Amino acid sequence: MSQDTLFDKVWDLHKVSSLPGGSDQIFIGLHLIHEVTSPQAFGALKDKNLKVKFPDRTVATVDHIVPTDNQSRPFKDNLAEQMIATLEKNCLEHKIRFFNIGSGNQGIVHVVAPELGLTQPGMTIACGDSHTSTHGAFGSIAFGIGTSQVRDVLASQTIAMNKLKVRQIWCENKLSNGVYAKDLVLHIINKLGVKAGVGFAYEFAGPAIDALSMEERMTICNMSIEGGARCGYINPDDKTFNYIKNKLCAPKNEHWGKALTWWKSLKSDDDSIYDDVIKIDASKIEPTVTWGITPGQSIGISQQIPLLDDLSPNDKLVAEEAYEYMSFNPGQSIKDIPVEVCFIGSCTNGRISDLRIAAKVLKGKKVSKNVKAFVVPGSEKVANEAKQEGLDKIFKDSGFQWRDPGCSMCLAMNSDKLIGNQVSASSSNRNFKGRQGSPSGRTLLMSPAMVAAAAINGKVSDVREFINL
Amino acid sequence: MKSKFSPPIGKISRIDGQCISLIGDDIDTDRIIPARFLKCVSFDSLGESVFEDDRKTLKGSHPFDLEKNKNAIILIVNSNFGCGSSREHAPQALMRWGIKAIIGESFADIFYSNCIAIGIPCFTLPKKSIEEIQNYCDNQFLFLEIDLENSLAKSKDLTLNIEIKETTRKMFLSGEWDATSTLMENENLIENKFNQLPYIKFNTDLAI
Ligand code: SF4
Repeated sequence: MSQDTLFDKVWDLHKVSSLPGGSDQIFIGLHLIHEVTSPQAFGALKDKNLKVKFPDRTVATVDHIVPTDNQSRPFKDNLAEQMIATLEKNCLEHKIRFFNIGSGNQGIVHVVAPELGLTQPGMTIACGDSHTSTHGAFGSIAFGIGTSQVRDVLASQTIAMNKLKVRQIWCENKLSNGVYAKDLVLHIINKLGVKAGVGFAYEFAGPAIDALSMEERMTICNMSIEGGARCGYINPDDKTFNYIKNKLCAPKNEHWGKALTWWKSLKSDDDSIYDDVIKIDASKIEPTVTWGITPGQSIGISQQIPLLDDLSPNDKLVAEEAYEYMSFNPGQSIKDIPVEVCFIGSCTNGRISDLRIAAKVLKGKKVSKNVKAFVVPGSEKVANEAKQEGLDKIFKDSGFQWRDPGCSMCLAMNSDKLIGNQVSASSSNRNFKGRQGSPSGRTLLMSPAMVAAAAINGKVSDVREFINL
Repeated sequence: MKSKFSPPIGKISRIDGQCISLIGDDIDTDRIIPARFLKCVSFDSLGESVFEDDRKTLKGSHPFDLEKNKNAIILIVNSNFGCGSSREHAPQALMRWGIKAIIGESFADIFYSNCIAIGIPCFTLPKKSIEEIQNYCDNQFLFLEIDLENSLAKSKDLTLNIEIKETTRKMFLSGEWDATSTLMENENLIENKFNQLPYIKFNTDLAI
């Protein structure tokens, strides 16, 4: 059993009781909600005649269903309008702070909370969304929950949960030029498998992690869930503290010093004990692309789609399903596979640094005429910052459509969807069958820089050939 | 569809009924219920749309469309079932189609806890046993009597030692899986915790 890791410290601090059945009752320090997984929870409160216990500890925004081409109200899609209206009503009724469209702070919940300074070290954070693991980048313990648990958090600010085991993923050396956090995390998921993390929290550590910016660290923790780990985190350091400082909801004045002292005490002890430790050599990783229907089915850009015989028995069933669904052949190079749609956005890679890197690749170039390309900033703040830097212009000049913030084609609940069996190069996090809105649509996950390169060439390309990085 | 849906309540100790087999590893929640069906403010009508895209692709030969399975309530799956998105819509859709228990090789974490939260026990069995049961199901009707007290599933000529986490098993037997009231009983402890946590005081700006 793990001991003295950040996970242990934060868990123990938030433990309210041991429940009769043997699980722990955990206090949730910050609860984030959005329009898709909260309405039924509020409905259940009403049915049971319950109130929201600590309305100040819940914060709302709207992201999944918002259109990105025209955000004027009412939305054209009636159902989407009904969902945002329900959230507005619930927040008003229960006095929950809501960052709505036009507030300047709306966006994908996992982009918004960190940029507002809501996400802080040492907190427990829950949200009805599996990519809540993102917030672990700040040394918080953050995990996705279902709607019934959203109800429980609203009613009691606690949930019932079994303590997770802790696996440290030690990343040695540094990423090479043109290789990004997205490549690292895809590589980790490929090495460990999509279900290795079940029952675990992942602690990402080592020189390669230390060297990452906060936004890159968010990309890593974001995809913990794709490796099966409900929660992923990184011990906080000066980068973490500097990122939070002066943000809207960051501790101010005399609170700042106290917060800092406490945050510094949280990191895993040098002699802490892990349930498991895995080592990864970051310097060996190349730009990485998925070829199949799970985020674990990825290869480096210079490699070929694996042959059935090269896979372990457990991976064969899904590989066969993937060959068929993707209509790719085992042994085929991933490079040069034609793409028809390019999408930059999502809570994995829709932040300002992602847009900057993609714009750098695109500057002065044109998107291939066979490609529909669009960029969806992760939040209103990201969009505004990008506009100030003139990034929107670079994107538009190259042939990318510039959209309003939201989840968009990461899960295609709005009108941004693949058509038929189109192949998309996507900076998002899931390549599941049908994920991007067409039951036969095909998704290749990669870094935003790689998406930009694919957009220019109209096929999967090695971004390292594009720029002097 | 079938008889009117009524959600489980209180203690759950027995689930008896027909099995339905669904073959495949890493079946994610996007496949169980595609995102377009999440555009709803209630779970009521999700049952009809479970596995919608897979069912369309298979044009009537998907297990959830086969006439012989229409009364099945115990779902038999392979490994890492329910991975991906945390949407509770997935187990809700299964439940509203008629599923009351799931037996599989392994389950994704969030899916597993969502199932507990809505009263669907998930059990595990080794790969080999699952494959045997799935084979059997494909050829004939399999009725199982699941006994949570003893972690057993029995049929006419079969007894299976199905596994379930001890804490989870107790939650079903005691009714504690329906967590809200259990959690709220500790109101004083919750208030104390709120007052003790260092960071609550750091963030005076959170209130409206
Ligand atoms: S961007 Fe995608 S993964 Fe992230 S919260 Fe939105 S839908 Fe979920």
